Amino acid sequence: MGILSSSIARKVAMALSALFLVFFLLMHVSVNLVSVFSEEAFNTASHFMGTNPLIQFVMQPILIFGVVFHFVLGFILELKNKKAVGVSYAKNNGAANSTWMSRNMIYSGLAILAFIVLHFIDFWFPEINHKYIEVLPEDPTRYYHELREKFVNPIRVGAYVIAFVFLILHLLHGFQSAFQSMGMNNKYSKGLKTFGKAYAIIIPLLFIFIALFHHFTH
Amino acid sequence: MNLTLKIWRQKGPQEKGKLVDYKVNDISEHMSFLEMMDVLNEQLINTEEEPVAFDHDCREGICGMCSMYINGEAHGPDKGITTCQLHMRSFKDGDTIYIEPFRAAAFPVIKDLVVDRTSFDRIQQSGGFISVNTSGNTQDANALPISKHAADEAMDAATCIGCGACVATCKNSSAMLFVGAKVSQYALLPQGKVEAADRVMNMVHQMDIEGFGNCTNTGACEIECPKGISLENIARMNREYLKASLKG
Repeated sequence: MGILSSSIARKVAMALSALFLVFFLLMHVSVNLVSVFSEEAFNTASHFMGTNPLIQFVMQPILIFGVVFHFVLGFILELKNKKAVGVSYAKNNGAANSTWMSRNMIYSGLAILAFIVLHFIDFWFPEINHKYIEVLPEDPTRYYHELREKFVNPIRVGAYVIAFVFLILHLLHGFQSAFQSMGMNNKYSKGLKTFGKAYAIIIPLLFIFIALFHHFTH
Repeated sequence: MNLTLKIWRQKGPQEKGKLVDYKVNDISEHMSFLEMMDVLNEQLINTEEEPVAFDHDCREGICGMCSMYINGEAHGPDKGITTCQLHMRSFKDGDTIYIEPFRAAAFPVIKDLVVDRTSFDRIQQSGGFISVNTSGNTQDANALPISKHAADEAMDAATCIGCGACVATCKNSSAMLFVGAKVSQYALLPQGKVEAADRVMNMVHQMDIEGFGNCTNTGACEIECPKGISLENIARMNREYLKASLKG
């Protein structure tokens, strides 16, 4: 795997892709939050995001690469680690020395992956179809209604809520872990951990709030 | 106290092992865990059964030989101790105790509870040293100024006894706490800085060759380490590795 042949290089690559995705979440929730306050502003923001060439043809491919890279490397690490363990313990008390979140990143990650598939089916594929496959006429006011429509179905809203709970669990370990992986463990780490915990809870809760808001105000 | 022990028995590296139940009676709470194992072995010898093979040496928490995984934790339920420092007062009458060898593909079982930890030796040999002139004109150690902070941190890292509890407790069988401690011990001191880049690259390379897993920062190693080696050492190793990689 070239540069990723070393365990520490893999660790750093995982951390960098994670921090990139963490930053993306902030951007995504900021745009979504606009939909709660103003239909017009949300349409303007979405139209900009959906038509700006820099975002569409540079940032979007980088984002997709980042997501795929993080998942693929996560799976590779999980398989390598399973091999490194060999025989399992008959009795293992993991809770005595580590958090559930830290021991189950693969499961919270898989739940998030399942959500991303649903999210792509809901928003990304129709968007790509609209713009690049069927090339439908562009209506800059369509975004808000499309968003509202998606949150009518309570099952979909429920799935979104569950997925974001898993995102909380994933980020609670992942945020501070990324900094440790990159070699940062110093006097600022305690503050960073607190900030990471707040970030891990607040950002997904905002996503949940937005989904519930549109569901109950429809 | 009377106890039921579920002990991993395995005749040799290639043999299939299994948990076997044993009863031990009248165990004093003042006994160390290894003394309880001695009582069991006396009992087995008296009944002409094969005694349980387990590692032990100094029995005072400094050699790092005792290596059992007791009731789901490396060195048993208490923190900051080796198995020889674990006492039977940590258990109660009627308890069932699971006793397994340290598990990791890089720590293959030799027999029963004895595992081969020579992979640690090979990592150490790959870079865990400094090159010094031993021809008779060695420099006075005090001639090199070292800050109190660096000396303390290096000493903390140097307390690693290489017992392997970090690997045994890690869900990924990662050896990064051990290697982090060894890299840090030297990287923090002027004597170690000369070979710092080669050291970290070689030790990490050897660690990967030995088949240890990838650290996912669960922090379990730090909690179970009998010497309290901090995760800061892993972060330092990561920094040293990145620095060395960029240097080329």
